[in-house]
Amino acid sequence: MTRALKTTYVLVILALLLAPLVIVAAVSLNGPQSLRFPPVDPSLRWYGELFRQSEWLVPLRHSLVIAACAAALAVAIALPLALYVWERRGIAARALTGMGLAPFALPPVISALGFMIFWMTLGGYGRIYATIISHGIFLVTLPLVTISLGLKGIDRSLIEAARVMGAGRWGVFRTVILPLLIPYMVSGYAFAFVLSLNEYIIAYMVAGFTVETLPIKIFNALRYGYTPILAVVSVIFAALSALIFGLIGRFGNLPRLLGAERSQHD
Amino acid sequence: MTELRIDSLSKDFGTFRALDSVSLDIPNGKFVCLLGPSGCGKTTLLRLIAGLETPTDGRVYVGGADQTEVPTHKRGMGMVFQSLALFPHLDVADNIAYPLAIRGVDKATRRARAEELLELVQLPGLGSRRIHQLSGGQRQRVAIARGLSINPQVFLLDEPLSALDASLREHMQIELRQIQQRLGVTTVVVTHDQKEALTMADLVIVMKDGVIQQAGAPMELYHTPANAFVAGFIGTTNLMPCTVADGVVSVLGHAFPITEGDRIAITSGEAQLSVRPEHVLLGAPDEGLPAEVSFLRDLGESLHVLMRVGDQEITAHLAPGHGHDLVTGQTVGIRFRDGEKVVVQ
Amino acid sequence: MSATPVQTAAPRWLGLWPAAMLTLFFLVPFGIMLAVSVAHRDVSGFYEWSFEWDSYARFLSAFFGKVMAVSISVSLTAAAICVALAFPFTVFLSNMGHRAQTRILVVLLSALALSEVIIGFSLSTLLSQTAGIGNLFHWLGLIDEPRAYTPSLFALITGLCYIGFPFAVLVLYPPVSRLDPEIVEAARVMGASGPRAFFGVIVPNLRGAIVGAFILVFVFTLGSYLLPQLLGRSEHWTLSVHITDQAVYQSNLPFGAAMSVFLMLVALALVGLASLAGRERGAA
Repeated sequence: MTRALKTTYVLVILALLLAPLVIVAAVSLNGPQSLRFPPVDPSLRWYGELFRQSEWLVPLRHSLVIAACAAALAVAIALPLALYVWERRGIAARALTGMGLAPFALPPVISALGFMIFWMTLGGYGRIYATIISHGIFLVTLPLVTISLGLKGIDRSLIEAARVMGAGRWGVFRTVILPLLIPYMVSGYAFAFVLSLNEYIIAYMVAGFTVETLPIKIFNALRYGYTPILAVVSVIFAALSALIFGLIGRFGNLPRLLGAERSQHD
Repeated sequence: MTELRIDSLSKDFGTFRALDSVSLDIPNGKFVCLLGPSGCGKTTLLRLIAGLETPTDGRVYVGGADQTEVPTHKRGMGMVFQSLALFPHLDVADNIAYPLAIRGVDKATRRARAEELLELVQLPGLGSRRIHQLSGGQRQRVAIARGLSINPQVFLLDEPLSALDASLREHMQIELRQIQQRLGVTTVVVTHDQKEALTMADLVIVMKDGVIQQAGAPMELYHTPANAFVAGFIGTTNLMPCTVADGVVSVLGHAFPITEGDRIAITSGEAQLSVRPEHVLLGAPDEGLPAEVSFLRDLGESLHVLMRVGDQEITAHLAPGHGHDLVTGQTVGIRFRDGEKVVVQ
Repeated sequence: MSATPVQTAAPRWLGLWPAAMLTLFFLVPFGIMLAVSVAHRDVSGFYEWSFEWDSYARFLSAFFGKVMAVSISVSLTAAAICVALAFPFTVFLSNMGHRAQTRILVVLLSALALSEVIIGFSLSTLLSQTAGIGNLFHWLGLIDEPRAYTPSLFALITGLCYIGFPFAVLVLYPPVSRLDPEIVEAARVMGASGPRAFFGVIVPNLRGAIVGAFILVFVFTLGSYLLPQLLGRSEHWTLSVHITDQAVYQSNLPFGAAMSVFLMLVALALVGLASLAGRERGAA
């Protein structure tokens, strides 16, 4: 196949991925409260509306608080886990890794129901902290993967060198391991943040009736018919995800973060 | 005073014995090379001195103090790693001053010391460069400077020059030796390159299979190897099976009388004869051991003559101007220069 | 070498914190869920502890057999389409420059992270009567009247492909990008045409990775919860929807838990199979 044909294939698929979002972006510009394409009476009216209506602002704030805290919790669990597993091969290390990877590998409805029953049994059902902890556990996998990747890239002799030069365990961690891991921790945090922001079923089953997050709000609103605000929120969410991943791509090595060994050499 | 003392040190990795009861006394300020093929235990010995491995048995002393139980980071040694292990997240000066930063030295002093060391390794003013901006040779120098920044009692280097190309390597060997002489620091270098060891060391320690084969000054090892392995590892040589009896060494059916200066460790029975190629003399077929010339290699500075006696290969290195009449296939008579025969086990 | 380091960088007690957190908030919930799945349903809304297989028995009915069959065949179809589209895409992607790769990966990640709600909403807009392709086709004169293409099985599978495709690419990306480019070049030098090299060298070398990706995408789409509700009809509901429906709306936690346990066993078996398939080549 020629190069042009390959590029066309890739571009057509990307265009298909972007098509629904383009339509939604256009729809969000509709002036009247209707869903038309091409938009009627284009205006940014509904973007302003979003920030004026507390029925949308409250879920937005919930979503941001939950995502920020849950991603921090995920990193706080993943960092020591990755460090512990890094130099160990035993059963404990393997069991810990498995527990860190499992929540994300299974259909999320399983975790969601588990969390729901758990919080119902222990109290906490319907509280925002329950959503935060549940998301934090569910998303541990992402920072675990990125931090482990970062650790894999640390040359063992750097640590030996630091030790010979007088650094104890804490000194090695503070002056060598941590500075080298920071980019991977940040990406892990960002991945977890974006996924928490977009997560529906766990948030819904753990506290959906009391702590409305934005995806829950959108789904609820859909039942009462379409309004351009839905399109506005979708556009903002898609833009936010793209912005965060774009920043990771700009300041980090995205191909390597996603597992390409080869491209780190060029 | 003995600065570095190794007392019957052993190290097992599982069932593999990497180091087998090695003892050494290294006097203060000496430059020592641990020399041997890969897997001989030289790197293990260096890592045991640094405290990066725990010995299965034996002890390590520095300046009379037992270091065996002291953790690596409290031994106060300087070390250069094979991969150099320069920190990619720190600039050159921070790399060099890292041991000082760990010890809580203030920033101004650290900067001043880093600059001082950069001058020592001839890289003045490069303190704010990033590591990836440096050439291979520059990185080498930064690693050496970093290893010396706390004036260590013992300076350890693990194959420090192996990543450099040949001409730069020779240059760095000389420079490393000069720096060491200026500072007088006790230095231990691991290398598999015998020329490197001969260039730099006061004391060469040849190792094989976790055991010291011979320890001595470079020329002592060259002229009086303790065994066939050392003879073959230091410089190039012709090793031939021989028998010794009544003042005569018999090689391949030809008897050579022992002359003054010959180093005969075995006075009777089966042994190995080692003769350096420059001490192999050629004459008419009836003047010595008859051999057939199999290949001629003219390097300008010398002529290498490869010869065969049955299955045995013997090489002679002739000075310029000699042997121009030789042709491949010709038969010559081999003799050995008086006082240059070495008989070892 | 089996050298044990004198001192590890992380002390042993460091493992205690993640172990405690994951045990408390992951293993314990699962334990409780297992217990609930064999508990007795209390009609007042919750359950009382007991040990009975009733919920599992109920699950083995013709109705849920059909639910399972629909769930699985819809996901299988979507997974097959995703992998078929994603594999050449990934191969082409991995041969691009670093910058182009980064940009495309940003698009894929953004699409992957997008909430199912938003994807469902976008697609239903795209397939709607007033703002979608129906309009476009009408304008082009292909159809007489603008029409909606949702809800329908076609819309549902389109939606599942939309979420499954970026996932499939990301699962295929590591093995594909690690494939030594020289083996393809060698095939080309020895006379294989482009497609020959693709099917004769790349595909066989990555067979394990492709099978693994197929299974993982299958499990991923099996977990879809919102798309079946937004784009499909009620007969297209997946097990995920039924689990939620039972747990939240029918207040039958034991039954929901039993289905959940079943789904987990299926998923675990499949993920295990996928990692086996992936290892086949990884060992080489």
